[in-house]
Amino acid sequence: MTGQIDPPLDSPLVAASRFRLTAGMALPVLLVAALALIPVYAAVTSDTFAITLFTRVLILAIGAVSLNLIMGYGGMVSFGHAAYLGIGGYAVGVLAKEGIGSGFVQWPLAIAASALFALGVGALSLRTRGVYFIMITLAFAQMIYYVAIGLDRYGGDDGLTIYKRSTFGSLIDLNNKTLFYYLCFGLLLASIYFIARLTNSRFGLAIRGARSNDRRMRAIGFPTFRYRLVCFVIAGALCGLAGVLLANHTNFVSPALMHWTRSGDLIVMVVLGGLGSLFGPLIGAVTFLLLEEGLSRVTQYPDLILGPLLLLVAIYVNGGIEGLIEGRRLG
Amino acid sequence: MLYFIEQCLNGVQLGMLLFLLAAGLTLVFGIMDLVNLAHGSLYMLGAYFAATFAAVTGSFVAGLALAVAASLLMGMVLELVAIRRLYGRGHLDHVLGTFGLILFFNELVRLVWGPAGLTLPLPREMLTAVQIIPGVHYPIYRLVIILATLGVAALLYLVVMRSRLGMLIRAGASNREMVGALGINIKLLYTLVFGLGAALAGFAGVMQAPILTVQIGMGENILILAFVVIIIGGIGSIRGAFVAALIVGLIDTLGRAFLPDLLRVALSTNAAQTLGPALSAMSIYVLMAAILVFRPEGLFPAASR
Repeated sequence: MTGQIDPPLDSPLVAASRFRLTAGMALPVLLVAALALIPVYAAVTSDTFAITLFTRVLILAIGAVSLNLIMGYGGMVSFGHAAYLGIGGYAVGVLAKEGIGSGFVQWPLAIAASALFALGVGALSLRTRGVYFIMITLAFAQMIYYVAIGLDRYGGDDGLTIYKRSTFGSLIDLNNKTLFYYLCFGLLLASIYFIARLTNSRFGLAIRGARSNDRRMRAIGFPTFRYRLVCFVIAGALCGLAGVLLANHTNFVSPALMHWTRSGDLIVMVVLGGLGSLFGPLIGAVTFLLLEEGLSRVTQYPDLILGPLLLLVAIYVNGGIEGLIEGRRLG
Repeated sequence: MLYFIEQCLNGVQLGMLLFLLAAGLTLVFGIMDLVNLAHGSLYMLGAYFAATFAAVTGSFVAGLALAVAASLLMGMVLELVAIRRLYGRGHLDHVLGTFGLILFFNELVRLVWGPAGLTLPLPREMLTAVQIIPGVHYPIYRLVIILATLGVAALLYLVVMRSRLGMLIRAGASNREMVGALGINIKLLYTLVFGLGAALAGFAGVMQAPILTVQIGMGENILILAFVVIIIGGIGSIRGAFVAALIVGLIDTLGRAFLPDLLRVALSTNAAQTLGPALSAMSIYVLMAAILVFRPEGLFPAASR
């Protein structure tokens, strides 16, 4: 069994698996270059808020990249992805409070905890399809949210302040804003590269095949449940990493981190950027967060504009911003 | 024991409210194949309408009637303006679009009614407690909620199972093209069904308003509970929604009331105090997980609608 499948020529599978240099590539390249220069801009204009804002953008982009893996490539619409942000963040916060400040302990444990939760949720929810899957992932995320509220020792509803960022000996100092920015930047590029390799591997083809036609994939001998579950766990672990970064960025974790609207925000970023496109989540995260920031500066009621905008995107835009530029339509 | 009976009644009351929400959701999903996250916003709007109309007219009952009518109207306008364009699209588009609607409605309420919550005062005769069985006193308004929601549930059953409109609704759920081909105005039918769902949600919001504060985001937590109800009951099944709503209402209420005490028997007081609230919040999700393991389609799959 080679794992080769033979899709029809016009399917997005073929279009996406060949790396082509098109007009659409220009936007990601420009965006990445601009993001690389943010600290320089901040140093020149001494606008430190720019670094804070864009660090947040990069971190949430990692979360969106992980969601895009299951949602865009795997066709699993998870409405509980913020739960992993919370688990990753809380793992850092709880360990820090208990006196374990080393990143070498905190980070692997946080990622492992996210992966473990994803394994449990995935094993249960992947038994179902479609709208059941959406609601079940939402419900489990809500469960974790209430558990966090119930954790009185760790701040309960009010959240938990992290007094010291993770320490990595003399390797890297996370308190240095510029350094932390480039760490997030590097991790984001690494995760995009990882997703690119993963989705073009045999594993990735099986996942995408299961999205297009699960029954056929099973008929030719792929245990798709296992493939999808592994994919779900990888996405959970990657989003857990985003949670770790977010906790270190804000020095604070609270249940609000995994409120279901955060999960909605992640979905919006992925869809806005273009489902199942490599740089889509990054484009979506930048667009959404800057739009949010910009609107809240102009008006007291930003969601009055943002909400209908999302509705219009849902109704009229197919394939997100990248799709608009490339004129591509996803099925 | 008396406390137990009281908590059971509270559980039934929560269950009936959940049923009103879940019925609307499951109708809309079963017939239009639409995932409507904004259903909780209609619940919230119902409560705000009631608080406003009751303050204007000075009568709780008039406020209730006007609020339900306004919710119905709101739902139908919403369907005409936005929701109708989402039919036939992927579920992801539904999620995105209706998520946008939630943001919009929350902000709209903040703009119109302000960020502080409202209260809906009860008429004086509703404030007392009655003795339901010797030794057990229960607030009369909570009894009214249970009876009123039961009445609405019965009415809903009659409309769906015994009326011409219900016949069309059920026919539309099983084969919409055929119903359209037979000369029924299917678009109008959809608008009516969505309005009906909105009115049910609005009614639930009004009934709950005097007990809780009327505030922004009040519909969202209960909406997720309604999702759990639908998952347990089976999507598209009103009967399933009814049974599951009662189960979820009872387990959630009894879990919160008794689980911390039960834990105290098994564990140290300290551990029970830490674990109790977290575990009781988890109980219905554990139930949902358990049911999914055995019946991934829910207790009453849509085939037995």
